Amino acid sequence: MTRKETGILLLLLALCAIVAAASPQFMSAANLQNVGRLVGTYGIFSIGVGIVIITGGIDLSVGSICALLGVLLSMMLVEWRWPPAAALAAIVALGGCLGAAHGLLIARLGLQPFIVTLCGLLLYRGAARYVANDSTKGFGTGAGFEWVRALASGSIAGVPMPFVMMCVVAAMAWVLLHRSVYGRHLFAVGRNAEAARYSGVGTRTVIAWAYALSGVLAAVSAIIIAFYTNSISPASHGNFYELYAIAAAVVGGCSLRGGEGSVIGIVLGAALLQVLRNLVNLLDIPGSLDFAVMGAVILIGAVADQLFARRGSRRGAEWA
Amino acid sequence: MTGISKRFPGVVALERVDFDVAAGEIVGLVGENGAGKSTLMKVLAGIHRPDSGDIALDGRPVVMHGPADAGRLGIGIIHQELELVDTLDAAANVFLGREPHRAGPLRLLDRGRMEADTARQLARIGAAIPPRALVRHLSTAQRQFVAVARALSMNARLLVLDEPTASLGAREAERLFAVLRDLQSSRTAIVYISHRLKEIETLADRAVVLRDGRNAGTLRRGELTRDRLVQLMVGRAVGVPARDVAAVRAARPDAVRLHVERVRTGRYPAVEVSLTVDRGEVLGVAGLIGSGRSELAEAICGVGVRAAGRVLLDGQPLTIDSPADAIRAGICLVPEDRRRHGVIGAMSVRENITLPALAAYARLGIISRATETRTAGETAVALMVKASSIEAPVATLSGGNQQKVVVGKWLALRPRVIVFDEPTQGVDVGAKAEIHRLIRRLADEGAAVVMISSDMDEIVAASDRVAVMHDGRITGTLDGPACTPEAIMQLAVA
Repeated sequence: MTRKETGILLLLLALCAIVAAASPQFMSAANLQNVGRLVGTYGIFSIGVGIVIITGGIDLSVGSICALLGVLLSMMLVEWRWPPAAALAAIVALGGCLGAAHGLLIARLGLQPFIVTLCGLLLYRGAARYVANDSTKGFGTGAGFEWVRALASGSIAGVPMPFVMMCVVAAMAWVLLHRSVYGRHLFAVGRNAEAARYSGVGTRTVIAWAYALSGVLAAVSAIIIAFYTNSISPASHGNFYELYAIAAAVVGGCSLRGGEGSVIGIVLGAALLQVLRNLVNLLDIPGSLDFAVMGAVILIGAVADQLFARRGSRRGAEWA
Repeated sequence: MTGISKRFPGVVALERVDFDVAAGEIVGLVGENGAGKSTLMKVLAGIHRPDSGDIALDGRPVVMHGPADAGRLGIGIIHQELELVDTLDAAANVFLGREPHRAGPLRLLDRGRMEADTARQLARIGAAIPPRALVRHLSTAQRQFVAVARALSMNARLLVLDEPTASLGAREAERLFAVLRDLQSSRTAIVYISHRLKEIETLADRAVVLRDGRNAGTLRRGELTRDRLVQLMVGRAVGVPARDVAAVRAARPDAVRLHVERVRTGRYPAVEVSLTVDRGEVLGVAGLIGSGRSELAEAICGVGVRAAGRVLLDGQPLTIDSPADAIRAGICLVPEDRRRHGVIGAMSVRENITLPALAAYARLGIISRATETRTAGETAVALMVKASSIEAPVATLSGGNQQKVVVGKWLALRPRVIVFDEPTQGVDVGAKAEIHRLIRRLADEGAAVVMISSDMDEIVAASDRVAVMHDGRITGTLDGPACTPEAIMQLAVA
């Protein structure tokens, strides 16, 4: 673990200790399971957005992707009666395609990531509402695809399934980012894209894949979230989720300048945010302050990043 | 300006330099790359403060604390990279930072005055540019005129132009000269910096030559010739000019490793460049800044634009559209701008060295840390990279050691062609010798080496043969005893 990760972990543990001391409910099995379920769900797409942020980009579309894919999943299973396995495969493939489309627009055409994914945010939200005719979708009793529902609401030995899935995704992402050729290229592009290109790294391909991965992970989360809520109102489902993801990545040590970040950090960041929300719940802080608490946390993360960068960069010698 | 000295960390940029210019006089300022011309003018512009020395204007001593002071004193500097805002129009650029405004609390822009005054200044120099024309839509020559108009509207009595014709065509340059002569007749003092000695010869009343940050001499009209200027620039008596000494090379067609055939670069699209480099040969490429050397290197290595022409390796034509293509073919570049293009400062020595050939240390896409660490360690030892460990971020290394890391990236690939662009810029003397040995070693191992350098001694000492470039074309190739600094300079300022 790096020093940054250790710092976040200590912060997380301290926060847990404070909440546990203030509210005995925190340590109850039901509450821990609930928090774990949320950490898993949000953690998966946060890892995707974190990978994009490491390239120096941003992905604002994950919330709307979540809504569109949630609506489509419900319609595939309930209205069109697709086999569950085919529906899941289609959803994940569709997420990957949307992400890849963002990646190609950004890497090939040179559009700005913020603009491309902002358009995605608007586009998919509109598509979700149109496809669903603006009516709320659900899964009813879920007859015929119980095992899919178990992905969201089931547990293994008391550990919620989404948390288990996040651990699997995180392990795979850790190998990809910190042990593979692709991961090394990803960090190289984020830190100095020009030098990476001069070294023969296919910078465009690296960037395009990052967005495709973010799309895939958003799709996996979309499946879980759809079954977790069991009620998908296309206008509000997944609202602000992209911001949870960005917050998790930044709190977890990713720099929006690119080139900095780790899978462990992102997961810890996602966990920190969920514990904060839990804290708002348990400590009888008005629920309306939910976002205010998160905003404050993101701000602190950004300030810390800035101070760190300023201390790190020594001014170069003056030269004619 | 008398006795101006300026030191930068580790370097004396100016050493007791004297410089003066009278009203209505055009003074040419010449010198090799790094002779101190730009630094001297930055002192005059208030950008740098001299460590010692005095500046006097109209006989009165002045002290400048920043560029704004120079502007107030009537010193107008037109830098080589014109400092204009592309998205604003001509009038807005002429008045940038000192916009006239109407009376009243809103301080609304007085566009009418801006445009009228801009039109007047542009008319004065005979440039037909509408004040409302966006700078983005203007040609390079027109931008140059906007910059001149800006200086004039600030009532500049002293105008400094740094390489104003670098990107102008012959006719545009003629118009600029006419404008300068006109300004001269209205008592404006003009300092004209250029590598184009012909222009100095025709335009200047007097030429001041700097060498290694010192005054090397002054030539007045009458004694002001190209040969005399070159002699002062390189500091030695000019021998018999050895021009176009074609190398008497044995006919060994199989030895030619790199063949650049009629290549045109984005910067000089009208000029074709051809050259060959043998296995085991170090071809030095000399020339002044802006002569198209780096563009040629970038075209060969897939980094920059190759508008036309072919690159052949061992007789085979290559398709190179990216650095990755070039690297696959065995053509590697040690770029000029080390921090931006050479290394990734935040990454470790190990990660930088193994970056281009990472797949070779991996199975199924997963890097074998042991193999990677061993290779990087061996390379670092072989190149004598001085770092606390190979896990140290490259940014913490000295310039020379960073450069060794850049070379180290390519060693494992056994390059067939390796291009060095200013390999020892910002490198201390000890590391310099090591890099020169390394260049020779790569050649001895069979690589064809192209070495671009502005360091005359380096070019002469480390090359087998020297090609000299000027304005995008190769003006001559020298080898053997004909390869002297004077002969190179003659070709470089052609």
